[in-house]
Amino acid sequence: MFGFGILSGLTFLPLVGAAFILTQRGDDPATLRNIRWAALFTTIAVFVLSLVAWQRFDTTSAAFQLVEERGWFGSGLVYKLGVDGFSMPFVLLTTFLTPFAILASFESIQKRVGEYMIAFLVLETLMIGVFCALDLVLFYLFFEGGLIPMFLIIGIWGGKRRVYASFKFFLYTLAGSLLMLIAILAMYRQAGTTDIEVLLKTQFDPHMQTWLWLAFFASFAVKMPMWPVHTWLPDAHVEAPTAGSVILAAILLKMGGYGFIRFSLPMFPDASAYFAPLVFALSVIAIVYTSLVALVQEDIKKLIAYSSVAHMGFVTMGLFTMTPQGIEGALYLMISHGLVSGALFLCVGVIYDRMHTREISAYGGLVNRMPLYAVVFMVFTLANVGLPGTSGFVGEFLTLLGAFKANSWVALFATTGVVLSAAYALYLYRRVVFGALTKESLANIADLNPREIAIFVPLLALTIYYGVQPGPVLDAFAASANNLLTSHTALLNVVKLAAAGQ
Amino acid sequence: MPFFQEVAHHFLPETILSVGLLALLLVGAWRGEKSYAIVSELTVLVLGIALLAILLSTRSEQLVFDGAFMDDAFSRFVKALTLIASMVTVILSFDFMQRAQLDKFEYPILILLATLGMLLLISADNLIALYLGLELMSLALYVVAAFARDDARASEAGLKYFVLGALSSGMMLYGASLLYGFSGTISFEGIAAAVTGSAPLGVVFGLVFVLAGLAFKMSAAPFHMWTPDVYEGAPTPVTAFFASAAKMAAVAITARILLTAFPNIGGQWKQILVFLAVASTLLGAFAAIGQQSIKRLMAYSSIGHMGFVLIGLSAGNEDSVRGVAIYLAMYSAMTLGAFAAIIAMRVNGKQVENISDLAGLSRSNGPMAFFLSMLMFSLAGVPPLGGFWAKWYVLLPAVEAGLYPLAIIGVLASAVAAFYYLRIVKTMYFDDPAPVFDKAPLAPRAVLAVSTIFLLFFWVYPAPLMTAATAAAKSLF
Repeated sequence: MFGFGILSGLTFLPLVGAAFILTQRGDDPATLRNIRWAALFTTIAVFVLSLVAWQRFDTTSAAFQLVEERGWFGSGLVYKLGVDGFSMPFVLLTTFLTPFAILASFESIQKRVGEYMIAFLVLETLMIGVFCALDLVLFYLFFEGGLIPMFLIIGIWGGKRRVYASFKFFLYTLAGSLLMLIAILAMYRQAGTTDIEVLLKTQFDPHMQTWLWLAFFASFAVKMPMWPVHTWLPDAHVEAPTAGSVILAAILLKMGGYGFIRFSLPMFPDASAYFAPLVFALSVIAIVYTSLVALVQEDIKKLIAYSSVAHMGFVTMGLFTMTPQGIEGALYLMISHGLVSGALFLCVGVIYDRMHTREISAYGGLVNRMPLYAVVFMVFTLANVGLPGTSGFVGEFLTLLGAFKANSWVALFATTGVVLSAAYALYLYRRVVFGALTKESLANIADLNPREIAIFVPLLALTIYYGVQPGPVLDAFAASANNLLTSHTALLNVVKLAAAGQ
Repeated sequence: MPFFQEVAHHFLPETILSVGLLALLLVGAWRGEKSYAIVSELTVLVLGIALLAILLSTRSEQLVFDGAFMDDAFSRFVKALTLIASMVTVILSFDFMQRAQLDKFEYPILILLATLGMLLLISADNLIALYLGLELMSLALYVVAAFARDDARASEAGLKYFVLGALSSGMMLYGASLLYGFSGTISFEGIAAAVTGSAPLGVVFGLVFVLAGLAFKMSAAPFHMWTPDVYEGAPTPVTAFFASAAKMAAVAITARILLTAFPNIGGQWKQILVFLAVASTLLGAFAAIGQQSIKRLMAYSSIGHMGFVLIGLSAGNEDSVRGVAIYLAMYSAMTLGAFAAIIAMRVNGKQVENISDLAGLSRSNGPMAFFLSMLMFSLAGVPPLGGFWAKWYVLLPAVEAGLYPLAIIGVLASAVAAFYYLRIVKTMYFDDPAPVFDKAPLAPRAVLAVSTIFLLFFWVYPAPLMTAATAAAKSLF
């Protein structure tokens, strides 16, 4: 229709739902029900449409597919969407998780429901846009635009220190991204276009690459987040409503990793090689340090937030090893972490909805009253630890494999992180779930209700399925990853030859 | 070209305004005190006809009146924006001035007179025409700044603006005389032909003085001192007029004089612009943080935005003029929208202007809170809103010219500035409600909505503005 393709439809379909919700006025239960179900149906429709896109997607090809292109601002700025092996899985992750985020908000959000759902649907549009955009400016537009709904979600529906957390989130990310904006301008100046496909073929001067890489790094490192610019994340996570945390952990963080694999690695190969030790160092610090920090947290959400930082450390480490295992492992870990951390935040949401506290010390012995919950929480905790048989294992194992190939010291320190993650995760689980149920307030706590079971069952199934059967996801990444590595090696060799010839 | 043909083809908007304002002065004098409403309405009509004359004008480039004025795409572009801003000002004033009991018929006429001065200024092509336009604009503005003459703050604003404005006009005139003395001509093209290679010291001095005078009019730091006080003291629609139309005219003439009179000594003025740009962006970012009054905040915000305009202009090429043209369009939409919202801030019949008065607006007046918050995000330069594209197109020439430090300072300043824009959003969305605003008249609500919708959806169909801005930029070279 109107010459737009399926990706445009996918990107802008949530806005249709948002427009419908905008027409719903009033606070009576019937209207609120309409709003909630409209939001849910919209996100499910988006998911179905994304499956259609997946059907049309050819995983054996490394090229951009489903491409659509239209004139936009002229002089090199185009409206161009397309997906390849790196972005398609993230599109699916986004469309898959958003319905759960909506469903998880059915009962916990009681004030300003319409605005909340609109914010989430707009956010979904922007998130899908980030992964589909094949124009750097269009990418930036979606990437930055996402700050607005997330800022409002944390600030309006968040906890006690929501204002502080939302400002910190917005300003950290904005400051990083503005430096990327300068880099985008510089690339545009050199290439005369912001078309990502063209830019991927453009060779930037190694000196300039260094600066461009640093500018992109400033943005993606904050988004990821990497140590030492991770401090906004625990605050944002703690204060955000459950669904906000889910989206933040599962998708927004992945934009940083996606940015590295889409821009930094292929466009600035020399700089990436040059800065790889820096990334390794920061990743290892993130893995070890934030795992230790996680050990002493008193707040469940904060603990999971720090564990996210640690896992993102594995991702950056894996990406910059420039080995097939490292890259595919990092991508796999991002998908897996999206499912697992999203589910963990949902688990926290379940008990938070009942008790309205996230203090670990307020819980204990939940297994006595909530056996189902205990099972669900345990599976996701173990997946977070990286137990073989869960999706978390595959990613961590592959990144460590890649790291051993690249630099065994890095791998050695990173592996201690695996042990530490088991320590903090199991310690958390023991304090919350096991033990005797002594606390008065917990005496009447109810187990999962059907809505919550409906949320957890698909997530649980996928976590285990991808743990024993990682093939489908890895295959999707494989063609693009190999393509990246081939061209990367070729480019580096060109530089080496040029250096040798001088 | 015969005189009347010249007037009809290339001086039509100015002619319409002059004839219109003389006629309206008669109407006002004839009908006396009660003629505010009719004069206001007719003023909008006159401005509208002038705008139509620009939109329907021939697309040629022509010097008129022996080279005093230049009718080209650039001047038409900025004139159209200025006329729109003036129209919006008069529309916004309509209800406001009646409530403030300032509904005198002289007010719309003074706005018209100032607009005429701006149009002359924008197309001025020699030093005399420049001074003529500038003074015509400024004298009318001094009066409207102090229009609420019984209000101490307004009188202070008018006086401050007048004293500092007169000083800056004097400096400019002195600079102009130096330029004339050392180049032997007042025409911009003539100066360009006379000043090549290494400029005589007198020309450089003259250039500095002229630039200082113009920087005062556009309130670029360090010539910004009057801005917060005048913005705060003047009646709000007048402030909107200062912030939008007056600044656009000043920026336009700055671009024109630098690029047509001094293209050969770019090195001399680019460093001045870089300094002004850095000072303005930083001052605009940091000084606004502590403000409680939203009008003062907008004053500092406008200083910051002028810094961005100057970042674009410091590259001094065709792309930078295009960037400046786009920036002016976006900036005027944001400014007019924001001031429309400020005009709508009225509790129990009394105008309020503290940021804290906006608390909880999202619950008491959802649409207004939404529009104003989108304006704030746009002012902060968050995509996909218009403010982002404005920044993109001024940073682009700066990066192209290799002015990386300038661009980086600019974006970091805008990250700082984002803090106080966010504070307004936070006040409206996260805080507990303050007293509810009275239902605003249609005019401010409509202006707020239209400007926000323009900024929100500009990226969907940018072609018309981009084409116009590109043509405007081309005409200066």
